[in-house]
Amino acid sequence: MGMHTPLFDWHAARGARLVDFAGWDMPVQYTSIVEEHATVRKEAGLFDISHMGRLSFGGPDALALVEQVFTNNAATLKDFQVRYGLICNDHGGIRDDVLVYRWPYGYAMVVNASNRAKIVGWLEEHKGSRNVQIVDQTTMTCMVAVQGPKALAMCRGMTAVDLEKLPYYFAAATQYHGKNCVVSRTGYTGEDGLEFMVGTAQAVELWEDLLGRGGKPCGLGARDTLRLEAAMPLYGHELNEDIDPLQAGLSWAVKLDKGEFIGRAALLRLKEDKLRRQRVGLELAGKRIGREGAGLLHEGREIGKVTSGTFSPTLSTSLAMAYIDPAFTAPGSACQVDIRGKTEPARVVQLPFYRRPKT
Amino acid sequence: MDPKTLRYAPTHEWAHLEGDICTVGITKFAVDQLTDVVYVELPEIGDHVFSGESFGEIESVKAVSDIYAPVNGEVSAINEKLMDEPTGIADDPYGTGWLVKIKVEPGSTLDHLMTLEKYEKQIASEGH
Repeated sequence: MGMHTPLFDWHAARGARLVDFAGWDMPVQYTSIVEEHATVRKEAGLFDISHMGRLSFGGPDALALVEQVFTNNAATLKDFQVRYGLICNDHGGIRDDVLVYRWPYGYAMVVNASNRAKIVGWLEEHKGSRNVQIVDQTTMTCMVAVQGPKALAMCRGMTAVDLEKLPYYFAAATQYHGKNCVVSRTGYTGEDGLEFMVGTAQAVELWEDLLGRGGKPCGLGARDTLRLEAAMPLYGHELNEDIDPLQAGLSWAVKLDKGEFIGRAALLRLKEDKLRRQRVGLELAGKRIGREGAGLLHEGREIGKVTSGTFSPTLSTSLAMAYIDPAFTAPGSACQVDIRGKTEPARVVQLPFYRRPKT
Repeated sequence: MDPKTLRYAPTHEWAHLEGDICTVGITKFAVDQLTDVVYVELPEIGDHVFSGESFGEIESVKAVSDIYAPVNGEVSAINEKLMDEPTGIADDPYGTGWLVKIKVEPGSTLDHLMTLEKYEKQIASEGH
C-alpha cells in the first residue's frame, strides 16, 4: 500500500482506477482519460495533486539557500510571485523541476513527488551554517488543481481574495472558509487555472465545494496527455540527472548571469556544446503511439529516443517528445519511429503542440 | 452475440463458432480495462493464426495489449470499420465490435475455451 492523500477515500469510493505513483496510490482515471482530458480543455477539471512536495523556507538566509540551488532568479521575485526553474547537480544535470514562491516573510517551493526526499536532502546538504528553517509541509496539506477555461469563473467568491484578479504566475495567501489557504494561478495542463493549498482538515470540504461548482474529477492519465499536448516536461521522462536544462529547451528558466548557483559552471560549458541531443516535438503519421524508449531512426541509424508519447485527444494525432541529434531538430525534419519493431514515419514540429486560445 | 453462448480465452477474447467460421472479439471486461482505444492492429485476410499466439494489438492511451487467437485457422474477414473507428470496440464488444473471423479446420470445437461461468470466475478472482 502506498501513501494516501487526504482525498484518497473519496477517489476509492468513486471507483477511480488507482495506481502507484512515486509511492502514492493515486487516481489515474475516474471515467476515461479522453473524456477527462476534454473536460479540462472545454470546461474545468479537478486534480488531487497532494502528492507533490510542498516545502517552506523561513529565516534571514532563506533566499540565499534557494538562490544557490535554483537555476532561475529568485532574488528578483516580487512578493507573491511564482517562478519555474530547475535544481541541478554540479554537472548541470537536472535533479528536479520546481516552482518557487516568494512570500513577504519567506519562500516556498513545490517539487515533484518522486523527488521530494532527494530535494529535501539536497537542501539540508547545502544549508551549511545558514540561518534558514526548511519545513516539509506535504503531509500536513492538500493541494488541488482546477484547470480549464471555466476554472476562474467557477472559483469566484471561494476565498477572501478576488481570484479572478490574480495575475498569471502569482499566488495569494488568503482564507478559505476561515482558514489559511494559498492559491496560485499556475498549472500543468496548458489551460488557465488555479492551484489551491489548504490544510488536510479542509481537503474534503474544498474538493466537494469545487465539485458542487461544476468541476469534474480528473486523474493522472489525463494530466499526462494534457501536459504532453502543452509540451511540458515530466521528470523521469524529458528531465533527469543526465539531461541539462539547455538541451531540454528550458534555457529561459536558467539565468546564468544571476550569480553563482550549483551547476552554473557546467551549464556555461554546455552552452557551447553543439553536439548534444535536443528536445523536440514529433507528429507521427499514423495512430500508433511512439512511447518512452522508442528509437528514432534515419536511414537505419538511431538518431534519437522518445521520452513521452500519446495519442492527442485534442489534435487527434499521435504525438511524442524526444531527444534527437542536432542535425534533425529543425521543424519538418523527417525520421522513423521504431514502434515494437515496425517503423512509423514522423516529422519534427514546433512546440508546444497545443496552445490555449487567447481570450 | 449473447455472451452466454460464447466461449472465452483467459486472455479475454471471446469466440463464437458457426460452421467452420469462428468470430472473435474481446470481452466487455477487457474493454473496460482498456478504455480510450486509439488504434487496433488486425491481421490480414489470408494470414494463418495459431491458437494462443498474438495476432494483433489494441492500443489505448495508456498501453498496448496483444490480442491472442483462440483457435488455429485462416483469417477470412477483419472488421475494417475498427481501423477508422477503434472506439467501435467499446460500443458493442460482443456485436459490431467483433475483430476477426477465422476459418477453422472442419470438426474443430471451442471445447478448450472457458464457458461464461468459468470466465466470470476468472475475472472475479483477478480482483476487479
